[in-house]
Amino acid sequence: MSAKQFEIKSYPDMWESLGMDVARFEKARCVLGDAFQTTFLSQENRPQRMDYFNWLISEMHGGRIREILDAKKEGRPVIGTFCVYIPEELVIAAGGICIGLCGGSQGPVPDAEKILPRNICPMVKSAYGFKAAKICPYFQAVDFVYGETTCDAKKKTWEILNREVPTYVMEIPQMKRERDRTLWLEEVKDFKAQIEKGTGKTITADAISDAIKIMNNKRKALQRLNRLQHHIPSPISGKDVLLIEQIAFYDDPVRFTEKVNLLCDELDERVSKGVSVAPASAPRVLVSGTPMAMPNWKAHNLVEKAGGIVVNDESCIGTRYFKDLMDENMTDIESQLKALTDRYMKIDCSCFTPNDERVDQVLKEYRDSGSQGILHYCLQFCHTYNIEAIKIKEACEKNGIPFLAIESDYSPEDIGQMQTRIEAFLEQIKG
Amino acid sequence: MVVGVDLGSRTIKVAAVEGGRLAAFKIAESGYDPHRQSLEMIRDYRPGKIVATGYGRHLAKRHFADDVITEIKAHATGARYFFSDCRTILDVGGQDTKVIALDQIGRVQNFQMNDKCAAGTGRFLEIMAASLGYSLSEFGTAAMRGMNDVRISNMCTVFAESEVISLKNHGAAPADIAKAVHISVIERLIAMLARIGYGDSVVFTGGVAKNPAAVNLLKERLGVNILVPDPPDIVGALGAALYGEDGTTAALTDNKS
Repeated sequence: MSAKQFEIKSYPDMWESLGMDVARFEKARCVLGDAFQTTFLSQENRPQRMDYFNWLISEMHGGRIREILDAKKEGRPVIGTFCVYIPEELVIAAGGICIGLCGGSQGPVPDAEKILPRNICPMVKSAYGFKAAKICPYFQAVDFVYGETTCDAKKKTWEILNREVPTYVMEIPQMKRERDRTLWLEEVKDFKAQIEKGTGKTITADAISDAIKIMNNKRKALQRLNRLQHHIPSPISGKDVLLIEQIAFYDDPVRFTEKVNLLCDELDERVSKGVSVAPASAPRVLVSGTPMAMPNWKAHNLVEKAGGIVVNDESCIGTRYFKDLMDENMTDIESQLKALTDRYMKIDCSCFTPNDERVDQVLKEYRDSGSQGILHYCLQFCHTYNIEAIKIKEACEKNGIPFLAIESDYSPEDIGQMQTRIEAFLEQIKG
Repeated sequence: MVVGVDLGSRTIKVAAVEGGRLAAFKIAESGYDPHRQSLEMIRDYRPGKIVATGYGRHLAKRHFADDVITEIKAHATGARYFFSDCRTILDVGGQDTKVIALDQIGRVQNFQMNDKCAAGTGRFLEIMAASLGYSLSEFGTAAMRGMNDVRISNMCTVFAESEVISLKNHGAAPADIAKAVHISVIERLIAMLARIGYGDSVVFTGGVAKNPAAVNLLKERLGVNILVPDPPDIVGALGAALYGEDGTTAALTDNKS
């Protein structure tokens, strides 16, 4: 695909039928297309097989939506989620489509601020604003939204969002004791029941088995990509890996897995031939903290523009989403649901207390990825990650790891200041 | 000769270095066209190399500079020129405040910068001075006379300004308010220093280090020796020039090839 030809494809009729604000979305589409071109297509020596992911971005609001609408016509459920804590396996087992709806752009924030308080998380504002302004085709296409209680801003916003789209809430415990596991197993059962209520069909153990395999394969492919990213010098940019990880929340899981594996084959070849996107001397950065929802590419972009390279992303969009696999050998629903609960309870989100396993995990990923510094990225008003950064910082000090904490939102106004901090951090790493 | 240019948010600083010594320097307002202003300022020198730092460093690189380094590294290098074994630097500029920790041989070990608002910066003091009708130099002198019985609790520039106005309207003496404003800034700076850690002396740089009230209050409340280079606001430009002369490390932007 030539860089100059890139555009996000326009589907005004389909958008109209979804009740979207087409005139406004048309503008957003062009802005996003330009940003994608500048941020991604301008990179040198990208792997050839990024073409599929470029194509998916160009069809993100068109072709992929068409697929989802076709699935809906066949009676398959389409469910929007906001957190890696929602067990996708159950949606897939019901023949459905699970879409990660998190908002990652500044555009709809002013729409949200007409109702929501200004001083809350930009991701929550952005997500709510997408629905309120009717400028997200995914939001328009979902049957219902399944939210959770990982933070106060989300928890209370679901009550307001429920006025725009049916929104159910899963209670995520805040501690990891036995009684919390029991509670959460009940919540997982409720989730299953809600999906079944929507389709009028019971989810079978066989279907769950297949879904577990599908998700395991997807996660294995992402793990493989993550390992390849660690190679010195890196065969792929951190930005491109972030893009793929973001697409993971929109794309069909089977096709996505196949395409990621094909890309990994190419990366294997690059590694054996010594082809890389940055010199081996480029400072290697591990990004940790809050997730970067599409199209939030700010931190990765600044690191790589300044001559560094992101070699690992520990957020929910990164390893936290795919580091844990599931036992595939359960045959009855009760044990499957228990195994699901166990797998999801391993997620080391900062909403838990204590959550020291995350500090260990960050250090482990730091070593595995051959990183030279940790950039802690925290969205404004995300208190749990912001406070937990203290422990990550202390662990870094103890281990002599260069550490930089950045707090940011989606607005472009702090790019200058972030750039100074990131460049100084890379200078610090280089010594 | 190597020239360092520090293109800051309020002023541009130029320092010329020859054989590791500061040969000359200039300071001027940034104005609306920092690119032209910088060229104007370096016209009298014949530098073999120009290194830019500060907010406008990339603009300078596009037009006339050979190399860029960040303000952090520039201050680390420049501060060591004046105080060869310093380990902690506090720089309060117009838009940014930074605390830099150095290791024994002067490498940046850790740094901290203020949040994205103007609180705790030179600009904050400037706005507060204006709302009390002081010039910037009068402001610091007035604060020295203050009696310390009023407090400014707000660190947001906009809210602090309304606090100043309401104190004025309650009849508080301008010198007391001036002192309160200084104390609020100093407390913010001390919190930043505490996050990074500091030894028994701190090098204080940037335009705000020219303000006697700020220096005294910092010394009094931090309880350590405050070292102020003369002049304190050219440390970044000087550091950039020294870096250019040394030329030991390749600039980050050269790293892409």
